[in-house]
Amino acid sequence: MQLQGWGRHPVVDADIDYPSSRSSAVAAVAASARQAVIARGMGRSYGDSALAARVISSRYLNLLLDVDPTGGRVRCGAGVSLAELLEVFVPRGWFLPVTPGTKFVTVGGAISSDVHGKNHHVQGCFSEWVERFDLVVASGEVLTCSRSEHPDLFRATCGGMGLTGIILEATLQLAPLQGAFVDQTTLKCGHLEEALASLESRRSATYSVAWIDCQATGSRMGRALVMLGEHASGGTLNAPRRRVLSVPADFPGWLLNSYSIGAFNALYYHRVRVRSSVRRLHYEPFFYPLDSLQDWNRLYGKGGFTQYQFVIPRAAGLDGMSGILKRIAGSGRGSFLAVLKALGPENANTLSFPMEGYTLALDFKLQPGLFELFEELDAMVLDHGGRIYLAKDCRLSAAGFRRGYPRWEAFQAVREKYGARGKFESLQSERIGLS
Amino acid sequence: MQRILIVGATSAIAEASARRFAARGARLYLLARNLERLHDLAGDLLIRGAAAVDWAVLDVNDFDRHAAAIEDAARGMGGIDVALIAHGTLGDQAACEHSVGLALQELNTNAISVISLLTLLANHFEAQGHGSLAVISSVAGDRGRRSNYVYGTAKGAVTIFLQGLRNRLHRSGVHVLTIKPGFVDTPMTAALEKGPLWSPPERIAEGIERALDRKRDIVYLPAWWRLVMAVVKLIPERLFKKMSL
Repeated sequence: MQLQGWGRHPVVDADIDYPSSRSSAVAAVAASARQAVIARGMGRSYGDSALAARVISSRYLNLLLDVDPTGGRVRCGAGVSLAELLEVFVPRGWFLPVTPGTKFVTVGGAISSDVHGKNHHVQGCFSEWVERFDLVVASGEVLTCSRSEHPDLFRATCGGMGLTGIILEATLQLAPLQGAFVDQTTLKCGHLEEALASLESRRSATYSVAWIDCQATGSRMGRALVMLGEHASGGTLNAPRRRVLSVPADFPGWLLNSYSIGAFNALYYHRVRVRSSVRRLHYEPFFYPLDSLQDWNRLYGKGGFTQYQFVIPRAAGLDGMSGILKRIAGSGRGSFLAVLKALGPENANTLSFPMEGYTLALDFKLQPGLFELFEELDAMVLDHGGRIYLAKDCRLSAAGFRRGYPRWEAFQAVREKYGARGKFESLQSERIGLS
Repeated sequence: MQRILIVGATSAIAEASARRFAARGARLYLLARNLERLHDLAGDLLIRGAAAVDWAVLDVNDFDRHAAAIEDAARGMGGIDVALIAHGTLGDQAACEHSVGLALQELNTNAISVISLLTLLANHFEAQGHGSLAVISSVAGDRGRRSNYVYGTAKGAVTIFLQGLRNRLHRSGVHVLTIKPGFVDTPMTAALEKGPLWSPPERIAEGIERALDRKRDIVYLPAWWRLVMAVVKLIPERLFKKMSL
């Protein structure tokens, strides 16, 4: 079966297992005695982190197993999507304490990438809200991992890109919710300095993120719309769902070019007229603006695309971010989606991406010369003491990975201890030297 | 509150349908082979809002158990308002061509067991004078094709049986629904390469729920398959026999 990530590059021919129970998942791990295998959820990681010649899909580990209706704790299969959790629990007054920019990811995937959201500076990563999970390790044993049981394995698996085993189920803590609406404040910022200052001065906001026009140059470089959000108190929990459109076929690759994207970005920026505005909107368009356009990855054409997401420490600040943004704007390569966020402190997981500082994520159509630009950007990011997000990556070098993730040896030691080396591997892990 | 019996309850389309029924607060009775999955699925449906969920293990090819299984379900729920028959296997066509035993087994699972269950359920529903019998047939039953005609034969038999049953039960106020999904991305079809014609089981489940509510007779899911199959059925046999479909 042909498999690819969200960015549709690379493509591999894979054997896929679809276990639907604990015993069949254990059997699937045992069946790949000689060949390495990797877990896969909804395939929303951009690059090759859920690709391998043998894949175990969590699609049918998709059951809700237990719920504590008063405490908001839920135990569910690793293949349950965040969308399903929202569908079932929002009407009952519960929300995800941390959610990434798409709800079409599984619980297992959210743990493996230790995803973050617009509230990282307040709530941390997804794993903060994971109480425990059951993991099939290389021996075929199922180990329960938490902060007190196999804590080393817990810390390595959260953010561990599936390289420690197959997550079967997890217990999560949900957050109480008053209503389905979010009050969004939009601040228009004329350049990067203003955008960073706005993010910094609004650290008390529950949700904060900035969309950046990464093609603006000169004194307008880094012009941005900073968006802040607070859950609206009151209102209904059962707001109607939005209609979902879909991209029916691949768009021609030339459609997205620096002119069309530049025009879009200018329109998007100037559409907001006032320096500061407030409006109330449903949580879906606030958290998941792109989820209402199914298969939007087809917009980039058959050749695919990728996302470059990095973080640099707070100390590197404005200068660091300016230098990198200048290089990107100077490259003439367009990106609609340049998202800037101030992250909170790093957690104790060995490979989690976030660290206290600034993260920028940009989508690029795959074209000749792009990876050379990324190499240059890598050097700048790593020199500042930053790192590249593995969930988005399809090309980082082993050296670049090791510099960015200095705890990689501790990670490998845990994998060694539980027999994961040579057993749980992806195309990405081979490339970045985690065999 | 609807009392719904689902046979083949752990099939992907049945599970997706059961979740929709559960969200509406239905009372469910599940029959399937896989005990581990049944047990966990029952818990899942309760969390999603089902009023109650009972289940029992049934291998549909154990024909002698059919009557007792249906009686237990009817007694357990105090009656059956909707029965959804959703079990099936997609046998290996090539293997069936070389083994009479395999071919007959496919026909047993996909046609004879369904006819047996429907015969029993029909009498039950006829006596109570209301209710819906919903059965998952397939577009494959609309015309025999070399790539899966054993499966197609079974589904075609089910489709025709349902036509007759609908004609008979109409007088008693019993609704009979023939569901003809196209290509659906489920464990049954996991080995097949997917393309733009494929649908997720959730989409089929949505269509089943709507067809039950509207008391439709025959639905193609997604609906555009009706057009595709109309064209496929129009091709003269003289040409059709030369095609690779």
